[in-house]
Amino acid sequence: MKLPQFEYACPTSLADAVALLAARAGEAKPLAGGQSLVPMLAFRIAQPALLVDLRKVPGLREIKIGDDGVRLGAMVRWCDIEADARLGIAHPLLKAAVAHVAHYQIRNRGTVGGSLAHADPAAEMPGVAVTCEAEIAVVGAAGARTIKASEFFLGALTTALEPDEVITEVRLPPWRRERRWGFEEFARRRGDFALAGIALFYDLSRDGRASNAHIGAIGIGDRPQRLRAAEAALNGRIVDAMTVEQAAAAAAAEVEPQDDVHASAAYRRALVGTLVERALQQAAE
Amino acid sequence: MKNTFIGTPLQRREDLRLLRGRGEYVDDLAPQGLLHAVILRSSVAHGRLRAIDASAALKMNGVHAVITAKDMPGGPPIIPMRLQPLPEFKPYEQPVLAHDKVRYVGEPLAVVVADSAAVGEDALEAIAVEIEPLLAVADWHVAARNKSLLFEATGTNRALVFEARKGDADAAFASAPYTRRERMRTGRHYGLTLEPRGVMAEWDAAKGRLKVSGAAKVPFFNRRILAKLIGLPEDAIEMVENDVGGGYGARGEFYPEDFLIPFAARHLNRPVKWIEDRRENLMAMNHARETEADLEIACARDGTILAIRGSISTDMGAYMRTNGAVGARNVAQFLAGPYRVPHVKIDSALWMTNKTPVGTYRGPGRFEGNFYVERLLDMVAEDLGLDRVELRRRNLIRADEQPYPIATVQPTNAKDQYDSGDYRTTLERALQEINWPEVSKLQGKLIDGRYHGLGVACYVEGGGAGPKERARLEINADGTFSVFMGSSSVGQGVETVFAQIAADALEVPIDRIRHVYHGSTGYLSEGFGAYHSRSTVMGGSAVLEATKNLMSLLREAAAKRLGCATAAIRIEAETISGPDGRSVPLREFAGLTAEGEFVSHQHTYSFGAHAVHLAVDPKLGRIDILDYVVVQDVGRAVNPLTVRGQMIGSLVQGLGGAVLEQLQYDADGQLLTGTLADYLLPTASDFPNLRAVVLENYPSPINPLGVKGAGEGGIISAGGAVANAVANALQSFGVQPRQLPLTPAYVWELVQSAQQKAAE
Amino acid sequence: MPVRFKVNGKEAAVEIEPRMTLADCLRQRLRLTGTHVGCEHGVCGACTVLVDGEAVRACLMLAVQAEGSEVVTIEGLSDGERLTPLQESFRRHHALQCGFCTPGFITTAHALLTREPDCDAARVREVLSGNICRCTGYVPIVDAVLDARAAYKGGTKS
Repeated sequence: MKLPQFEYACPTSLADAVALLAARAGEAKPLAGGQSLVPMLAFRIAQPALLVDLRKVPGLREIKIGDDGVRLGAMVRWCDIEADARLGIAHPLLKAAVAHVAHYQIRNRGTVGGSLAHADPAAEMPGVAVTCEAEIAVVGAAGARTIKASEFFLGALTTALEPDEVITEVRLPPWRRERRWGFEEFARRRGDFALAGIALFYDLSRDGRASNAHIGAIGIGDRPQRLRAAEAALNGRIVDAMTVEQAAAAAAAEVEPQDDVHASAAYRRALVGTLVERALQQAAE
Repeated sequence: MKNTFIGTPLQRREDLRLLRGRGEYVDDLAPQGLLHAVILRSSVAHGRLRAIDASAALKMNGVHAVITAKDMPGGPPIIPMRLQPLPEFKPYEQPVLAHDKVRYVGEPLAVVVADSAAVGEDALEAIAVEIEPLLAVADWHVAARNKSLLFEATGTNRALVFEARKGDADAAFASAPYTRRERMRTGRHYGLTLEPRGVMAEWDAAKGRLKVSGAAKVPFFNRRILAKLIGLPEDAIEMVENDVGGGYGARGEFYPEDFLIPFAARHLNRPVKWIEDRRENLMAMNHARETEADLEIACARDGTILAIRGSISTDMGAYMRTNGAVGARNVAQFLAGPYRVPHVKIDSALWMTNKTPVGTYRGPGRFEGNFYVERLLDMVAEDLGLDRVELRRRNLIRADEQPYPIATVQPTNAKDQYDSGDYRTTLERALQEINWPEVSKLQGKLIDGRYHGLGVACYVEGGGAGPKERARLEINADGTFSVFMGSSSVGQGVETVFAQIAADALEVPIDRIRHVYHGSTGYLSEGFGAYHSRSTVMGGSAVLEATKNLMSLLREAAAKRLGCATAAIRIEAETISGPDGRSVPLREFAGLTAEGEFVSHQHTYSFGAHAVHLAVDPKLGRIDILDYVVVQDVGRAVNPLTVRGQMIGSLVQGLGGAVLEQLQYDADGQLLTGTLADYLLPTASDFPNLRAVVLENYPSPINPLGVKGAGEGGIISAGGAVANAVANALQSFGVQPRQLPLTPAYVWELVQSAQQKAAE
Repeated sequence: MPVRFKVNGKEAAVEIEPRMTLADCLRQRLRLTGTHVGCEHGVCGACTVLVDGEAVRACLMLAVQAEGSEVVTIEGLSDGERLTPLQESFRRHHALQCGFCTPGFITTAHALLTREPDCDAARVREVLSGNICRCTGYVPIVDAVLDARAAYKGGTKS
C-alpha cells in the first residue's frame, strides 16, 4: 500500500496554488490535511500527477465569528473547532457534529476544506454545510466564486469544484441564540463514518410553533440531503410527541437508502426515523 | 522447589524493549543489498489463468524479477497440511502460486522483486493478467450444488465429512420426551494480527545456507516443509523468530509467501523481504469461523441432556491449508463442551468455496460450537420452563466424573478426555461476581430506551497439544543461566513465564535467568511451537526436565573436579562444593548445557464460565455491554498478570466476533470488507466493562506443573453469552438470535420481524 | 526531494520521493523502527508520532509535509535505560503483549496526558479509540494511562 508516484509542490500563496493546479488541470490535486486523500493514494484509488500542498498558503486557518455568521477557513482542523469555546454559542450544531469526526490523531490534521472537497456522503461537515445552507467560497483560475452547499455536492466523492479550484472558506449563516437544534448519528464504533446521521434545527415563533426547520441527513444516499417532508411536518407546529413522531415518519418515508456491507436499506430507513426522533427530543430539551 | 516465582504476577522482561520502541520485528531488519518483494494477487475469485505478461513491468527501473509458476521447474510446489494431513485432503492443498486456475481473490500469481515495495507496487500495475472467469462458488450452499467445481478432478466441492460419535444418539432421540431442532450460523472473521505477516530470506550461495526471518508459531515444522519444497537439507535452513506482533492461530502457519520469498532470494542471490500490507492481509491470512449448523437436542423433562445430533457445514475457502481442518474437526468434537452429553452424533462437512482459505483462529471450532450449544440450552430452558442457570448446573460435568471421555472423531480416530475439574465451580463464581440474584431482576426490563439482559455460557478450553516440547539450559560465563525454548513467542510473554519456571526449577533468583531464547531453529535440535495453548504447558514442563538434566550434568562435572561421588555434591547459590569443603564457583562450569524433553499425548482442559449483563437499544439494534465477567480455572497460573491478560484479550476478540467483525463477500466472490474501515475491530471505547477471575482449584494431573492452557477461554463463550443475553433482553419480543455477528442491523431485523409476526 | 526536520531533538536531512510517508521515512531512512506500520490507511494508530507536539498518524502524512517540523517518536519519549512513568505504568498494568501497537499507544497517551493530565476514563477511551490493540482488550491500557496521570500534573513531562 505504498503511494503511487507524484510530484509535490508547496506554494506560499493562493495564486501560486491555483496556478499550479491550473497548469496541470485534471492531473493535480490540492493537499490539505491529507486524512482522506492519503488513504485514497494508499489504495491507489487516486493517482494524481501533482499534489499541491496548501499548508503554506496564508489566511486559510482562521475561524471568524461575526454578525454574518461563522466563517471557517479551509485549513481549519477539527481540533481547532473543538478547542474554540466561542463556537459553543456561535454554532453549537457545528461543534456537536464535529465531535463525531474520526479520531484524535486525525482530528489534529483533518480539515474542514479537505472534508468538503472529499465529499464522503457520510461525513459530518458536508452534512452540516447542507443542513445550514452554508456557502463554500472557492478560488480558481477564473477567479473567486461562492457555491451553495446544496449545489456543491454532486455525488459520492464528487463536487462542483473545478480541477483548478481551491476551497478557501465555508460560511455558515448566523445562528440565532435561542434556536433549537439536535445532532444524532449512529456509527458501528466511535469515530466511524455514520450508518446515518441527522443534523437539525428550527426556530420557535412567539406562539411556540416551529419555523424555519432545517433537517439534514448523512450516510443515506450519495450525498448529504435535506429532508423536506420532515421539515414540512415540523414547520408551523407545536413540537410535541405527535409532531416528533410525524416528522420522524416523514423522514423515514422520504429517504432512499441502499444496502451495503454494514446495513440493509430497510434498517437505514428506520434509523433515519429514529435519529430524527431523537434529535428532535434533544432539541426540545 | 524452594522458590516461588511461579504464581507471582511478575512484570514482564520483554516490556523493557517493547515499551521503548526497541523491539525488533521482521520489518525492522534491513541488511545490505536488500530487495523488496510484492505479490501479484488474483482479482478474480474463480477462473482459468490464461496468461501473465510481465514484460512491461520487467522494463521498469528498479524491478529485478517477476517470478511466476513458469520459473519453478516441475511447477509450483504444494504446501502440505500440518495437522490432520488426511489423504482425502491432498487434492485440495494449495500450490505456492496459481498456475492453471485461480480460486480466490488474493491468490498469489506472481512475485515482483524490486528496489522498494513502492516500485514493486508500481510494477504490479504494469502486469497484464488474463483470466477466463468461471462461476464463483461464493458460499457453501452454492458449493453443495456441485455445479461449479473448484477442483474438477475430485468431482465434488466437499472435501470431507468429519463424524463425531459417542453412544447411540439416534436411539436416545427415538425415546426422548423432548427435542428441539435449530439452524444457526456463525460469521466469517479471522485472527487479524496488528503486525502483518512478513518474511525475509537471505541466501548464502557459497555455503548453500538459507536464513529466513519472520518465523513464528511453528518454525521447526515450517523449516521441514521449506526444506522439502525448496530442495535443501533441513540443517541448511535457519528460521529466525523475531519479535512477533500477535499470532492468534493465524500467523506462523506455512503460507505461500513462506516459500516464495526464500525462492526469490535464492533465485536472485540477494536478500529479499516481503511485508504483507493490510489490504493483502485481509485476503491472504487464514480466515476462520464461517459455519452453519442444523442441530437437534434431546432432553428429559427435568432438563437433563440426553443427546445432541445434527450436521455442521464449514465454508473452507479455496484450499486446505496447513491447519485448515482443525475448526471443522473441533466444532464436532467439542460441541458438547463442558456438558454431560451421553450421546453425540455430529457430521461436520468441509465445503470448498472461492474465498480466502481458512485456518485456525483462537478457540477454533469451539467459539462456533459454544454459540450453538449455549443458544440451544437457553431455548430448552424456555421450552421446559426451567431456570437456565439451573439447567446448566444439572448438566455440567462434575469432578467425580473426571476424566470424562468425549466424542470420537472419524476418520482421524481422534479420541479424547477431559482431565480434571468440577465445571460447576466456575459458573457459580461467575454468577457471584456479576451479582446474578440482584441483576437478574433487570432481565427484559426497558430502562431509558434500552432492554436489559443477562447471559451465561460455560466452556472448556483444550491446551497442551503434544507430542512433545524441548528446552535447553546453559550456564553462562558469569554464572547466570540461559534458557532456550522450542516453544515460540507470539507476544504472550513466554520470556517472563519461562524465566519464572526456570528460576523455580533451578532454585535461583529470577535475575540469574539472564536470557530466554525462543522460537529460532538454531537454539535446539527440535521444537514444536506455539499453538493450542501449549507453550506454557509443554515448554514449561520441558524446562523442568532440562533443569534435572543440567543439574545431574553439573553434579557429574563437579564430582570429577572435586574428586568425589556425584551424590556428595552440594549446589548452593553460585557455589558447588564437595564433602571436604572444597568448592568451585558455578561460573567455572560455563558452557555446560542440557536439553530436556516433555512428552505428552494427553491434553489439558481448563474450564470456565462467562456472565454478561448488557442492554439493547431495539431501535438502533445497538448492544452495550454493561458488565462482563470471565472466570477460568487454569489449574495453576504461572503468572497471574499474563493469564488475566490472555483472558481479557481473548474476550475482546470474542466480542469482536460476536458483534463487530465480519468478512463479507458478494456473489462473485469479491471481498467487500477489504479495509479496516469495513472490517471492524474492537476499539478502546467499545467494551469498557470487562473483568477476569483466575482460579487454580483443579491443577492438571497430566503435567508436573499442574498448568493448563489458558489462552483461549475468553473467546470461546463470548458469542454464546452475548447472544443469550440479547435474547434475554428482548424476551418480550420473543426473539432468538441465530447468527453471529449480532450487528445492529441484524438485531433490529429480529425485533422488526417479531413485531410484524405479532401484528399478523 | 530534500527534506529537513527535527527528529527527537536532532536535525535530520533526507533526500526522498514525495510519495514517501513520514512513517516510512522514519523507519527506512532514519532507522527509527520503533514507529510501527499496521494498516497504512489511517485506522490502526500504530504509527502515531508527535509532530510539533500533536499526535498524528505518520502513515497519513507525507514526509515532505514534515519539512521544518519537530517530530518526536517513541524513541524520543524514552529516557535512556529507565522507563518513563508512563512506560512504567504500562508495564505494571500488563498493558502490552506483543508490543506492536505499543509505541502508538504511548505516543498518543503522552500527547493526551501532556495536554489533559486530568482527563477521565471516558476521555482516555475516546482518545485511544483511534489506536487498535489486538492483544490486551484495552482494559489494562486504559488503567495504565489513568494511573500515569499523576506524573503529568504540574507540567511534568514524560
